[in-house]
Amino acid sequence: MVTVPSSAREEILARIRAVRPSGPVPVPRDYRTAPASDTPMNLFQPEPHGAHTPRPTLRSVGPQGEVEKGSMGTPADGELVELLVDRLVDYRATVRRCGPRQVPEALAELLGEVPTVVVPGPAPAEWLSAYLGRIRRDGDPDPLTVADLDAPGVAVVTGCAVAIAQTGTLLLDGGPDQGRRLLSLVPDRHLCVVRATQVAGGVPEALARLADPTRPITLVSGPSATSDIELDRVEGVHGPRRLDVLVVTD
Amino acid sequence: MTAGTGNIVAPLPFPTAARRELADGQLRANLRRATHTIRDKRLRVVGEVPDWEALRRSGAAIKDDVLARLPELLEQFEAAATAAGATVHWARDSAEACAVVTELVRRTGSTEVVKVKSMATQEIGLNEALAEAGIAAVETDLAELIVQLADDTPSHILVPAIHYNRRQIRDIFASRMPGVDLDALTDDPPALAEAARRHLRAKFLGAKVAISGANFAIAETGTLAVVESEGNGRMCLTLPETLISVVGVEKLLPTFRDLEVFLQLLPRSSTGERMNPYTSLWTGVTAGDGPQTMHIVLVDNGRTETLADPVGRQALRCIRCSACLNVCPVYERVGGHAYGSVYPGPIGAILSPQLTGPDSGANRTLPYASTLCGACFDACPVRIDIPEVLVHLRQRGVDARRGRPSAERTAMRALSWTMRDRRRYAAALRAARRGAAPLRLVTGRRGQVRRLPWPLSAWTASRDAPLPASQTFRDWWAGRERTSEKEAGGW
Repeated sequence: MVTVPSSAREEILARIRAVRPSGPVPVPRDYRTAPASDTPMNLFQPEPHGAHTPRPTLRSVGPQGEVEKGSMGTPADGELVELLVDRLVDYRATVRRCGPRQVPEALAELLGEVPTVVVPGPAPAEWLSAYLGRIRRDGDPDPLTVADLDAPGVAVVTGCAVAIAQTGTLLLDGGPDQGRRLLSLVPDRHLCVVRATQVAGGVPEALARLADPTRPITLVSGPSATSDIELDRVEGVHGPRRLDVLVVTD
Repeated sequence: MTAGTGNIVAPLPFPTAARRELADGQLRANLRRATHTIRDKRLRVVGEVPDWEALRRSGAAIKDDVLARLPELLEQFEAAATAAGATVHWARDSAEACAVVTELVRRTGSTEVVKVKSMATQEIGLNEALAEAGIAAVETDLAELIVQLADDTPSHILVPAIHYNRRQIRDIFASRMPGVDLDALTDDPPALAEAARRHLRAKFLGAKVAISGANFAIAETGTLAVVESEGNGRMCLTLPETLISVVGVEKLLPTFRDLEVFLQLLPRSSTGERMNPYTSLWTGVTAGDGPQTMHIVLVDNGRTETLADPVGRQALRCIRCSACLNVCPVYERVGGHAYGSVYPGPIGAILSPQLTGPDSGANRTLPYASTLCGACFDACPVRIDIPEVLVHLRQRGVDARRGRPSAERTAMRALSWTMRDRRRYAAALRAARRGAAPLRLVTGRRGQVRRLPWPLSAWTASRDAPLPASQTFRDWWAGRERTSEKEAGGW
């Protein structure tokens, strides 16, 4: 133990017990936990002031975090994908769409002349089957070093756990096709594969779909940016300066 | 109870410090430009959210619930974080918190640490304490880096270098950043960001110890959250071997689900974005991914003192978004340094004096740094009624001084006696009119006095004094009735 007087903890807790407000505080939760059911377009347009939409239920979630079809009161996946693409582009991500069988060609085309691509060890082999450059798998056989990832011309391809349409956000939780956190951080370019079934409407639905909140989780919304100079947004600081998103639709 | 200490004590009375800052025209221009940019962005993205008010109410209630159940939630958080492999430490005040962190760094053998921007570590003066122990703390947030290179202090919660424009930042980098490429360095923001990237890259990749704060701490799971933009946070939270997070005890949220409220409220209020570029959530230690040694230092530093005040405690809901600074007409003109604390603006005016107690430095003057216009309350994502707390703290200040002689109170007592009786009041007005009559000849049609002799000069130092009207409303009304009676008679 560090040389802390052992009473700091007890003293702070005792002080708080002596002065805190008594009685529990009820927490209202009448904000939206799913996109409104009636008109998907109101995801794009704010409602007229005072309009009230009854709170729809959460979508039921399958074992892979995928949405089971036919659950009530949600816009079709197609509309959520449109919204996600709109929001990603707005925050300067490059977006491409393809069908489930065109993933290798689409990735190869996006990667173009990139000399080295890094992927998490267990990422699907087919992703890079059409890519002609050098492929390095993390942990196969050894974990990649920071120097490997920081080398010029390295791009990383990962999947994601969930995406949020309303905010253009990708959630990575260290799943098999996402790997360790530094994989999507150190390379200068990050390509993320998003399946249409992974797209959630808003923040509440997306967080509810995470399998285990205690895994390391990273929310990514566009390339790295700063607003520190005159509060104007500039893309590209310490994280990947380029973010490509491949949306796989059925 | 123990009062908070650290960089939250105003060394000068607010009016004195404000006058000094107001003399800087460049500062006012920079602040105006920046605060108006962010205000407009915030309004746009908040307008997109139809359930914004419901989110604000939930956010306020969740934080109130945290304050009501704080001891249980802290114990729950400690147990969950410990089970996940973190070591939890407690600190009563800034000195104790600095001592704990310094000792933790010393045991790693490192003499340099990388830092994620954190209000808690600013508050406790950690960089200064580490420097005394021979440990260099490298700020990695762009704005913090600018302030650190300029040997300055932060002037805004979100954007500590808001008082500098791009040309000034270019000059700071050119003269203070080791090894900067002067040819590539223009005052174009992307060029400045690129210079910071190059400067910090080697520090990130080689750092053994990182120090962060946390935006949220989840009691249920022991999870910490850092919300950021540049990726410097991710670098610090992911690459080093040891991570030390300094967290105020009020940063707790009961459940992981509560993040669904705050991850909507915070980015839109703070940077005016739908979502900030990066948010990291981590729970203790994860084998093979990120730091393998994780320390959490829970800091009180005056928070329990603040919690004791039933009106003032709502300040502890604050999630440090800085929306109140950006809409404040006072902040926009005087800037953050006038408040003398790392917490400037409206929230600083109620937080700093409560954390330290009113008798620390000039903190008792801070609740007067407001026009009570209420824009801060409207902008606050957790509905802190800042004007209510400002008035409450002013009242507490006056109450604490009752019984001591005061020119203001003597004048107010005389005024109260005069105004309590109608005849006395009318006589006083007549006397004032007669007294002012010669002055009216001097001031002419303006009817304003620019300078009065002492002690009334205290009033005219910063405003004109209007002369009493030549006629009161009662006189005018009475005269009007007489006139209309005559006119009626004439019909």
